[in-house]
Formats: sequence, structure tokens, C-alpha cells
Amino acid sequence: MSLLHIENIHSYYGQIHALKGISVDVNEGEIVTLIGSNGAGKSTTLRTISGMMHPKKGTIIFEGKDISKKEPHEIVHSGMVHVPEGRGIFPTLTVKENLEMGAFTITDSRLVEERMEYGFSLFPRLKERIDQFGGTLSGGEQQMLAIARGLMMNPHLLMLDEPSMGLAPILVELIFDIIKELNDNRGTTILLVEQNALMALSIAHRGYVMQTGEITVTDTAANLRDNEEVQKAYLGVS
Amino acid sequence: MIRFLKRINVYELVRPVGQMMAFSLGSAAFMSAIAISLALALDDTAVGVSLMDKYNVSLFTYTMLNLPQVIIDGLTIGFVYAAIALGYTMVYGVLEFINFAHSEIFAVGAFVGVELLIALDGMGILAGASLGMAYAYLILAILLGMIAAGGLAVAVERVAYRPLRGMSRLVPLISAIGVSFLLQDIIRLVESLTSGQFNRIMPTFGNFDSRIIFGKIAMGSSNLTLGISVKSIIVIVSAVLMLVGLNYLVNATRVGKAMRAVAQDRPTASLMGINVNRIISLTFLVGGLLGGAAGVLYALKFTRIDPFVGFFPGLKAFTAAVLGGIGNMTGAVLGGIVLGMLETFAGSYMGVFTMGAAGSEYKDIFAFSILILVLIFRPQGLMGKNVVQKA
Ligand SMILES: Nc1ncnc2c1ncn2[C@@H]1O[C@H](COP(=O)(O)OP(=O)(O)O)[C@@H](O)[C@H]1O
Ligand SMILES: [Mg+2]
Repeated sequence: MSLLHIENIHSYYGQIHALKGISVDVNEGEIVTLIGSNGAGKSTTLRTISGMMHPKKGTIIFEGKDISKKEPHEIVHSGMVHVPEGRGIFPTLTVKENLEMGAFTITDSRLVEERMEYGFSLFPRLKERIDQFGGTLSGGEQQMLAIARGLMMNPHLLMLDEPSMGLAPILVELIFDIIKELNDNRGTTILLVEQNALMALSIAHRGYVMQTGEITVTDTAANLRDNEEVQKAYLGVS
Repeated sequence: MIRFLKRINVYELVRPVGQMMAFSLGSAAFMSAIAISLALALDDTAVGVSLMDKYNVSLFTYTMLNLPQVIIDGLTIGFVYAAIALGYTMVYGVLEFINFAHSEIFAVGAFVGVELLIALDGMGILAGASLGMAYAYLILAILLGMIAAGGLAVAVERVAYRPLRGMSRLVPLISAIGVSFLLQDIIRLVESLTSGQFNRIMPTFGNFDSRIIFGKIAMGSSNLTLGISVKSIIVIVSAVLMLVGLNYLVNATRVGKAMRAVAQDRPTASLMGINVNRIISLTFLVGGLLGGAAGVLYALKFTRIDPFVGFFPGLKAFTAAVLGGIGNMTGAVLGGIVLGMLETFAGSYMGVFTMGAAGSEYKDIFAFSILILVLIFRPQGLMGKNVVQKA
């Protein structure tokens, strides 16, 4: 049975029909990527899964339970963390306070400290900035903070929305290395939304291609990389 | 026990006290300097001469004689404004919405506290109360006013604002104005059904009306008395305690961090596992508690209340919040103190400085001129428009 099973979900922004029957499965231990051009509905898919918006139709099963009607703060408890598009750093909370917010539901302060240290071991730069306001960090540092904050819950499923957005290539590589490492060493299951399809497919096991609110292709990452249409549309191969 | 004490963030207890002292001393010194300069400048003019004719005292001496009392009164009302202003500013910080019903939340707090004391007085309990018991009853009245106002604020948000969230900004604003009128009428209805009168008088008991005199300084033919009424001490001390408590809650506790997170980015806060609705309710609760306490303290200081008692203090506290920078908690305290001080100085000295042409009845002009000037020239306020946050 898959860790996350989404079947035929429809989501709307008012009258705008943003998701037109999406079905996605994520199995335990996988890195699954959702690629597609701007406006395809990738972020909407993550928002619908994490409860920030509710689907009008369809089911979302996480660890065997239907979560499609749950609120985001309830879903976090079940072990799913969504690192949103644009990182969502609290600008006038310090780095430390941002990390503490990531562990808001954990009351054991030792555990919080332990996880914070783990975050610092992945991104030593954050430790140097520990008392700095989140809003004063560079884009790359903010992305590191967003991921470290997401890990404070030690999630079973980590959903990342365009972690490479606006970052210099060297930082993109660092972030992707960490994602891979989380999956390899800790077994964290990852649902990765990316416009940078080449990067995403290089670390993912499987992928889904989205276009105007629908899934057009799904296959293993290797096959998607070889798929001519995908190459044309998303990998910049002509 | 030691462990517990170690976890107390002393800095966040000391910092707000320091700030309040700085704001108080600063605004007192600033306003005193203006009053004294004006007195010196006008002493030899017709203004000074007419005062000399009437009371046989120079304008300068007159100004100095009144100064201590004016400063104390300014601080007292200033802290009341600050406590009310925090209710506006916290809700604004979290929802970007002006809760115009907050003035009536304040009024309900005042009525509940005063009615309790009137009832106790009617039973003859207050008259025979020892000093300790008098304070206990006053504290009870304040607590009851706080609970009523806090509960009401939470209920109003739940019923009248939450269902409108996500609509255009004007919609909840109009709802708030409606709630404000509704609450005024409910107070009137309840009062006319129970006591049969709208004006309620705070009973006199305890030693609240007495004055503590520190000393006298001879000045001309009279004495400059340095003293403070017990009432003023109670109002100022209560307000300071509440403001320190609030500052601690927001800046040094887990729930306070969640409040700041919700104020800065609501959707992301919910992704952290924060129940955003609960934090919003908490914000209204805390604002209501402060407003309710301010209501009872206001009644203690000014004695008489009526169903419209919230209107002017509410509007002035709103002005104070805007002056300090709406959404900024330190700004609300600064704005309250500055406004209370300015208004009391104006009310006390304008009459003599203008030879009676513009008396204390014009003091409200200052508050509302400030509102207009700030909105035109510095809409972000003195401390900057900001979300509920660390200063
Ligand atoms: N807050 C919103 N209000 C209205 N429409 C939105 C909103 N967010 C996204 N959309 C629309 O929904 C569609 C999908 O957007 P999104 O999920 O953000 O795409 P992607 O993440 O793939 O770039 C787009 O057509 C976009 O214009
Ligand atoms: Mg997106």
C-alpha cells in the first residue's frame, strides 16, 4: 500500500478549476517528483494534500487515513510536512525561532534541541545565523532554513515546492544533495515539485508530468528523461 | 523550582519596564518643557498680568504648582489608553483589521466591574470592609471585568468576524461597527431592565481617594505639593503589570511565538501545526482582558460611566495605536502615554494660556488632530507599521 494515495482530486480557486482529476501515488521510501510548466497546478496539488485548500471531489489517503477534509495543523500531526513555494520564512522571527515553529507541536524540549542540531549538521551556515531574523537571510539560506524547519517534525513524508527557485546553481546542487541524502540515509519519503525538471529527475525514482491541471505522463524517472515529449517540453532538448 | 526559575527570561521582564519608564519620563519632560517655556514667554504679557490680577500668582509659579499633578494625571490616563490600544494593535497585527467594537468591549468590562462593586456596596459589604478586603474586592471587580470583556471579545470574533474572513476588508469592518452599536444598546437594555438608570457611579470605598504626599516645596506664597492619589497608583501599577505580562507572553513564550508567526504569515503558520483559529481567538481574548481591566480602572479613576463610556477612550486609544504604529505593541504603549500626557497638559494649561478663550473642553482636538496629522505625514506611526513582533 502506498504512503500517500491521491485519487481523482478536483480543486478550485473560486471559479478557476485548477486541478481536474489528479491521481498520484507515493510509496514509502521513494522520491517522487511532480514536474510541469508554470501554472500547471503543481503547487495547488501540494496545497490540497496539506489541507491548505480542500478538494471539491476526490480522496487523499495518507498512511491509510482519509485526510481530504482535515485542516493543515491536524495533518502536520500525522507526519506530513509541506515546505511551501517561496519558503514561507517568518521574516521577524529569528532563525532559532523559525526552527522552533517547525517543532511547534513537540513539547519535549530535548527532542527539539536534538532535531535543531541535526538541521545545523546539514546546514552549518544556519547555526552561524541562529539569532538573525529570517527576513535578513539570503535566498539560499532561507531555503536551507525552510528545509531544516520542515525536518523538525521528522516527517514520514516531506513535500518540497520548488526548492531550487531563484538559487544559484551551486546552491541548487547542495539542496538536491541534501534531499537525496535524507532519502538515502533516513528513509524520508519525498514528494518534490520542480520546474527544474532535469535536476528533479536526476534524483527521483518516479515522476509525474502535469499540464493545465492534469497529469499527462507518469513513469520512472529514467524513462521520463528518455521520453521525447518530456525532453521537448521540459528538459530544453530540441 | 530552580529549573523553572532558570527558564524565566528576565530580559523580557525588564525590557518593557525600562521602555515604559523611558516613554513616561520622556513625554513628561518634553511636555513640561513646552509648558514652562510658554509660561516664561507669556508671563509678562496680558496673559500673565490677568492671572496675577485674578489669583495673585505669576504664570510661571502657576504652571509649576500644577505640574506634578498634571504629569501624574497624564500618566494615569496614558496607561489606560495604552492598555486599550494594545487590544486594537494586537488584533490589527494578526488580522489587519480594526476591531471597532473594542471600545464597547472596554465599556462592558467597566460595567461588569462597577456593577459588582455596586452590588457589594448595596449589601453593605464595602462600607465595613477592612483595607485589605477593599483591595480584594477591587481586584475581584477588575478580574470579573476582564473575564467578561475577554469572553465577549472571543465570542464577537467567532460570531461576527470569523464567518466574514476572506471577504473584502470593508465587510468585517462594517460588521465591527454594527457590533459596536449592538453592544451599546445591549448595555442600555440590561441597565434599564435592572437598575433603571444609565449612569452608574463607582462606589467610594477603601483608601483609593486619599493622597500620598511626598513633600512640599515652597514657591512664592504657596507650596508645590509632590503627591499622588492612591487611585492613580493603582491604575498605573495595574497597567504596568498587565503590559509586562503581555510583553512576556508575546516575546518569551511558545504561544507568543505562534502569535507572531500567525501575524506574519497565516498559511505557513498553519503548516507548522499551529491552530490558526485558536491563536486568533487567543489574540481577541488577550485584547479583551486588557480592555476589560482598562474599563474598570477607568471607572475607578473617573467614577461615572454610561453606555457610551467606551466611545472617547476607544477612539483615543485607537489614535494612540495609530500614533505608535498600528500593529506594533511597543508603539501602542508609547502612543498611549504620549497621547494621555499631551491631552492632560492641554486640558490643564490651555485655559490659562489663552486667558480662558480655549479651555479644557478643547483638549480632544489634540488627540484627533494628531490622528489626522499622523495619517497624513507618517501613516506608519512613530515606531513603524509592523506586525505583532519583537521590538
Ligand atoms: N491564489 C490563487 N487564486 C486564484 N488562482 C490561483 C491561485 N493560485 C494559483 N492559481 C491558479 O491556479 C493554477 C495553478 O497554479 P499553481 O498550482 O500555482 O501552478 P504551479 O505551481 O504549477 O506553477 C494557475 O492557473 C494559477 O493561475
Ligand atoms: Mg508553484
